[in-house]
Amino acid sequence: MEPAAKTARGVWRSVVQTGALWGAGAIFLALVGLVEAVSHRQIVAGVLSLAYALLLLAGLGAGTQVSRRWAGRAAWQRIVGGALAGALVGVAVELLVVIGRSVNLRIMLINASPPLYEILSFGRGLGGVPLMMLAQTGAGAIGAAAPLLPPWFRRPVIAGLSMAFVIGLFQDLVQLMLQSGVRAGLRSLLFTGDGLALHGAVLLFVFAAGLSVLRARYRAPAGRWAVGLPPQRRRVLRWITMGAVVAAILILPWVAGLFISQVLVLVGLYTLMGLGLNLEVGFAGLLDLGFVAFFAIGAYTVGLLTTTGPLAVAHLAWWTVVPIATVVSLIAGVFFGLPILRIRGDYLAIATLGFGEIIRLLVLSDFLRPWLGGSQGVLGIPRPVLVGLEFRGPQQLIYLTVVASALVAFVAARLRDSRLGRAWMAVREDEDVAEALGINTVNVKLLAYGIGGAFAGVSGAIFAVMLGSVFPHSFNVLISINVLALIIVGGMGSLPGVMVGSLALVGLPELLREFSDFRFLVYGAVLIVMMQLRPEGLWPTAVARRELHDGAQAPAVPGHAVELAGAKEGDG
Amino acid sequence: MTLLDVENLHVYYGQIHALKGITLHVDPGEIVTLIGANGAGKSTTLKTISGLLRPREGRITLSGQDLAALPAHEVVAKGVVQVPEGRRIFGQLTVHENLSMGAYTRTERDGIDGDLERIFTLFPRLKERRAQVAGTLSGGEQQMLAIGRALMSQPKVLLLDEPSMGLAPVLVEQIFETITGINQLGTTVLLVEQNAYMALQIAQRGYVLQTGEIALSGSAKDLQANVEVRKAYLGG
Ligand SMILES: Nc1ncnc2c1ncn2[C@@H]1O[C@H](COP(=O)(O)OP(=O)(O)OP(=O)(O)O)[C@@H](O)[C@H]1O
Ligand SMILES: [Mg+2]
Repeated sequence: MEPAAKTARGVWRSVVQTGALWGAGAIFLALVGLVEAVSHRQIVAGVLSLAYALLLLAGLGAGTQVSRRWAGRAAWQRIVGGALAGALVGVAVELLVVIGRSVNLRIMLINASPPLYEILSFGRGLGGVPLMMLAQTGAGAIGAAAPLLPPWFRRPVIAGLSMAFVIGLFQDLVQLMLQSGVRAGLRSLLFTGDGLALHGAVLLFVFAAGLSVLRARYRAPAGRWAVGLPPQRRRVLRWITMGAVVAAILILPWVAGLFISQVLVLVGLYTLMGLGLNLEVGFAGLLDLGFVAFFAIGAYTVGLLTTTGPLAVAHLAWWTVVPIATVVSLIAGVFFGLPILRIRGDYLAIATLGFGEIIRLLVLSDFLRPWLGGSQGVLGIPRPVLVGLEFRGPQQLIYLTVVASALVAFVAARLRDSRLGRAWMAVREDEDVAEALGINTVNVKLLAYGIGGAFAGVSGAIFAVMLGSVFPHSFNVLISINVLALIIVGGMGSLPGVMVGSLALVGLPELLREFSDFRFLVYGAVLIVMMQLRPEGLWPTAVARRELHDGAQAPAVPGHAVELAGAKEGDG
Repeated sequence: MTLLDVENLHVYYGQIHALKGITLHVDPGEIVTLIGANGAGKSTTLKTISGLLRPREGRITLSGQDLAALPAHEVVAKGVVQVPEGRRIFGQLTVHENLSMGAYTRTERDGIDGDLERIFTLFPRLKERRAQVAGTLSGGEQQMLAIGRALMSQPKVLLLDEPSMGLAPVLVEQIFETITGINQLGTTVLLVEQNAYMALQIAQRGYVLQTGEIALSGSAKDLQANVEVRKAYLGG
């Protein structure tokens, strides 16, 4: 057979494969009920609903993938290929409509309902079938064209579209933030009664695209300008930046409103825990699935020492108890480490899992009920007060979490760059060799568990006042798993990664709460896609980056006198 | 006056009696080699000296100080450091980071920087590759790095476990030359080798280990001439 024909057949196969794959994805979303569930959610009022956005994303994705795969070919070939793949997605989706209308699929697939078919055919019956195919073909062509565009054009467009999409998706929350004064004016400019107005979407697009252009244009010169300043001026500049950040944080809860503040406090608590677990898993390589135990210990310490209820051991102020709770969790961490010092690898996961459950069952037990309250928990935990300011609700507690997270992150960063941090790194890489190099691996591991536990204890202490009570059921194993997942998604060992990970895995699902169970579907899918595309995490450390992008080595700069620079995050 | 003294060492792995009363000594400035077949107990001896394994019986002393009771990290602090079998470098870290890790037990900045330079003169290849990820080094370079890393702790006695394993003949020669160089700079060496021929070339004395016991000992010259040794380890 001619080689040309061979490759031609390969080309067709790749189009068919890609189209079928994305088509199957779209059908899957339809049949699990997601498409119907989000069909009332308007991204741009009267123009585009979330359901259609998702469906068209399938065609778009297929087009982009084909175009990427055909990187060496002519532009028109790539666009035609992408359009064909998009068309295939349309065919797949409409096949479902045609089959579903003639055969009753509901016996097996409860979501395969007439309303779904209506959505999939734009509410026009069989007349909508070619329309959907056409739309998907267009989406495929656009998707294929995207990689062909020069970056200076593509980036602003993507930024603009993302902005409009995100604001449209979260329009309820955004509208809540824009209630009064100037903000109310902005609201009426962007939104109509049903959601984001078309002209609002255009405005947002222009705004974000403009920002992106400005950024591309002025970022490097601005950086050069700042570096070129005399040191004194630069210090002033730094103070101004810091002041702006602090001011932004101060007004944040009042702009964001109650609900978002609540979500942010939760993100903060998970960030604190993430920083602790990151120290154990990311720095020292010690897997820990019982991490929630320290969170519980911190919360119960605060509960018992501050409560006004009958279980009170003392009536101390919250501020006095926080250091106590930290120390108690630290000691708990060390004790936790003792029996599992010699355990490694997979077995460590099981052993630590057991420890987490032991703590939960202990606080739940009838045996300790007189002291810990059993399933009733500890109630009546008073809010902390600082010079007349009461930390009443999320909008005040947010300051507490921000300050605590900043402090803890600072401590973690200093530890990472210290001798102890180097020892952790050695233990993570090869415990036996670490020992042979003179590192006291016993102490070093116990310190990792202790300090990691202490960080979680701080988180628990804030959690206790956030709820005003502590219950055993708040401390189940899912929290440990979630914290582990967030540091993996953020980037193992990376400090900024912890915050990014907790925004993505804790913040986002909270914001998507109205999609009820589907958010876990999205959560799972995002985890899988993430690990495929960015196994090193969203904000990885330099070490993780070189590990997962094999062969990509640091530039060999002679006289490059950095002390273990690998442990520090790059800023990319 | 001996530097490292090992007396009647018995080591067990559970029920397995791996070392059955090993006695050996290393004088200051010497290269002493320990040769023997696979499974004779060479690595076990080194691991016991460096504190990674506990002897059930026997004494290990460094200039008269007891080592047998110390944990591994304190043995390093006393000046005995082991280069483990099979070049276990930190593969994800750079050459420079690996070397700094070797200086973990030390705190004085200037001395460390000086030693770094010394190691780079000893192994110029490492200097060129100081920013390279260690896992991507060639086998020979990794062995050099493992030795360099151990030297960063300024040991009095360097324990080498089969440094020539898996290396091409040219590299083997290079490694042995380097060991001689290290020794001439003042570090005492206890060298475990399967390549008895090369080991006996650079060592002053040697011990032959057989199933956990010292079968023979003597000067390198005598061992090279010994009929038994020639038959068993030198191919003739
Ligand atoms: N962790 C262990 N558990 C049980 N037995 C072991 C262990 N390590 C070594 N042994 C046994 O102890 C004996 C001595 O092993 P050792 O590793 O000291 O040999 P060696 O002389 O270094 O051999 P080689 O030249 O192959 O490295 C062998 O019989 C080996 O099977
Ligand atoms: Mg061995």
